[in-house]
Amino acid sequence: MAQVEEPGPEATDRELTMSRAMVEAIATEMREDEEVFVMGEDVADYGGIFDSTEGLLEEFGYDRIMDVPISETSFIGAGVGAAMQGMRPIVELMFADFFGVAMDQIYNNMAKNAYMSGGSVSVPMVLMTAVGGTYNDAAQHSQTLYGTFAHLPGMKVVVPSTAYDAKGLMHAAIRDDDPVVYMFHKRLMGLAWMPAPEGPKTGVPEDDYEIPFGEADVKREGDDVTVVTLGLHVHRALEAAANLADDGIETEVIDLRTLVPLDTETVLESVRKTGNLVVVDEDYHSYGVSGELIARATEGALDDLEAVSRVTMPDTPIPYARPLENEVLPDADDIAAAIRSVGE
Amino acid sequence: MVGDNTLQRMYEEMVTARHYEERLQEEYLEGKQPAFDISAGPIPGELHLAAGHEASAAGVCAHLRDDDTVTAPHRPHHVAISKGVDLERMTAEIFGRETGLSKGKGGHMHLYDPDVNFACSGIIAQGVPPAVGAALAAKKRNTDDVAVAFLGEGAIDQGAFLESLNLAGVHDLPVVFVVEDNDWAISMPKERVTDVADGSQRADGFDVHRERVDVDDAVAIYEAAGEAVGRARDGNGPTVLEVQVHRRMGHFMGDPEAYRPDEDVELARERDSIERMEGHLEEHGFTGDDIAEIRERAHERVEEAIEWAKDQPQPDPEEAYEDVFTDELENWPERRDRELAAADGGEE
Repeated sequence: MAQVEEPGPEATDRELTMSRAMVEAIATEMREDEEVFVMGEDVADYGGIFDSTEGLLEEFGYDRIMDVPISETSFIGAGVGAAMQGMRPIVELMFADFFGVAMDQIYNNMAKNAYMSGGSVSVPMVLMTAVGGTYNDAAQHSQTLYGTFAHLPGMKVVVPSTAYDAKGLMHAAIRDDDPVVYMFHKRLMGLAWMPAPEGPKTGVPEDDYEIPFGEADVKREGDDVTVVTLGLHVHRALEAAANLADDGIETEVIDLRTLVPLDTETVLESVRKTGNLVVVDEDYHSYGVSGELIARATEGALDDLEAVSRVTMPDTPIPYARPLENEVLPDADDIAAAIRSVGE
Repeated sequence: MVGDNTLQRMYEEMVTARHYEERLQEEYLEGKQPAFDISAGPIPGELHLAAGHEASAAGVCAHLRDDDTVTAPHRPHHVAISKGVDLERMTAEIFGRETGLSKGKGGHMHLYDPDVNFACSGIIAQGVPPAVGAALAAKKRNTDDVAVAFLGEGAIDQGAFLESLNLAGVHDLPVVFVVEDNDWAISMPKERVTDVADGSQRADGFDVHRERVDVDDAVAIYEAAGEAVGRARDGNGPTVLEVQVHRRMGHFMGDPEAYRPDEDVELARERDSIERMEGHLEEHGFTGDDIAEIRERAHERVEEAIEWAKDQPQPDPEEAYEDVFTDELENWPERRDRELAAADGGEE
């Protein structure tokens, strides 16, 4: 779709939280296209446990903001079926951790039907889901699982880190003719009961705009070390980078914004400049995003690479008690230590 | 008929659970007022309370032995108390302490006490298949222990439950599925998620026995559960037992319940299974003093458990890396300090 160049987040005084920006995009698309609807647990009266659908029921009613039984296999699969009929469902899986309940519908139907049909059908649906820890909710409610969804072919995977990106990525996700998994971090949503860090609340233009998939955003420029990350950890990496600047280490921070498609070129360009790569991922260490990014850097810029490191969730389930979760969850200090380790 | 000792024990479990939940609520909200911040205060994470469900656990677990298996959902405290889970260590777990049931790794939705064969899951209906597995083990080993899976009425639309019913039915497994109907699945009233008012009817499609107790009366639940557990123990297969309970609090602590009509909240408070139980006790000749004494004893036990738990040490952060596997694997889990050492070219 041809896009008019849109003003960025700095061009407006109107600041929104990430959840408000997502909802604004959904509402706009629903007004323009009657085929767009939302389906999920507690999305109507409750407005989504993480405010991802807050306020939509009042405008669109129960027919288009559908609460459903606790039957993820059924309603995610129904989303696939409606999408194959040409509708544009936005289906919420309340926590990414619950994917197992319905994974067959997600990765065998939603993701593969286009391919298995030889392209004769498409599945234009958005699967929206909450990810992330930082609030001590333990092993079944705190995972990010970016790597799991990105590993399985056929789904586009987007991970916004700011309100501006959240709106533009949501517009693009709903308009996309492929299934899109839209993974939002709870800590970024602007919930009253889970304060967000500085950063995700940004200027958001009232008009609609798309953030194209596959275009990473260089959130901070620097010549010494490249940090590649996404979601909540964009903000933690920026914090680390700001602290290190006092010591003369200039860190470039790249926000991937989408995992599928992945903007390898922006990463390689940066690595060619800095020679040092740190990947920060709240997902598990092994067989995931961090390994993938380092592999791509190695394939594409081996001669320029001097050092690599990754800051990830160790390969343990996420523990409950605060000292334990703090130990495993990467923070700005962990990121700063990794940047120092490759940059010195 | 329920005997005096059983009646007294059931009541004691119910008032223990009720007071426990009231005290947990107070502790949980400490540090979270006036602005609710889920990351503040002495109890980590979410907290889902079961106040109003006590009759179900007391009535069912009165028929169970330590070697019988129980799986509970994410609202587990009343079931744990009636099953005989160590109250002090459970409390320490909820406070995230080193001496908790799971050394602080599990938290309130993930309580495990193998001494009394108790486990729970934070994901809707996903504790049901493991209960079927425990029943399968009992059948294969030819023992007479049984398994009981507790789940909410919101969970009976899950494939895990329906598939489990079929598996248990076709193999005549000694398992009881206890559906606690509190009318609400988070914000969704029952009538908006199913056309079936009596959830036990799910059993009909699998030719499994079923029963529903329409009122949250621990004695009526005790009697119905006696038949169901007896049927399982005697080798006559599974039962779905739906029991009416009520939800006195939000889905989780901090849930403003804006979706819930005031009349429904009021109704849940009025139909109090604990007051009903006191009526039964009086009919059995217990005096007001007897009842007060039981209640005081229960309250004291709760206070002691909470005091003990709060006094326990926080876990050592290094403990986060233990227990992933039963044996120690080399270089597992992958650890950040190891990565940094490698990036440095340093030695471990």
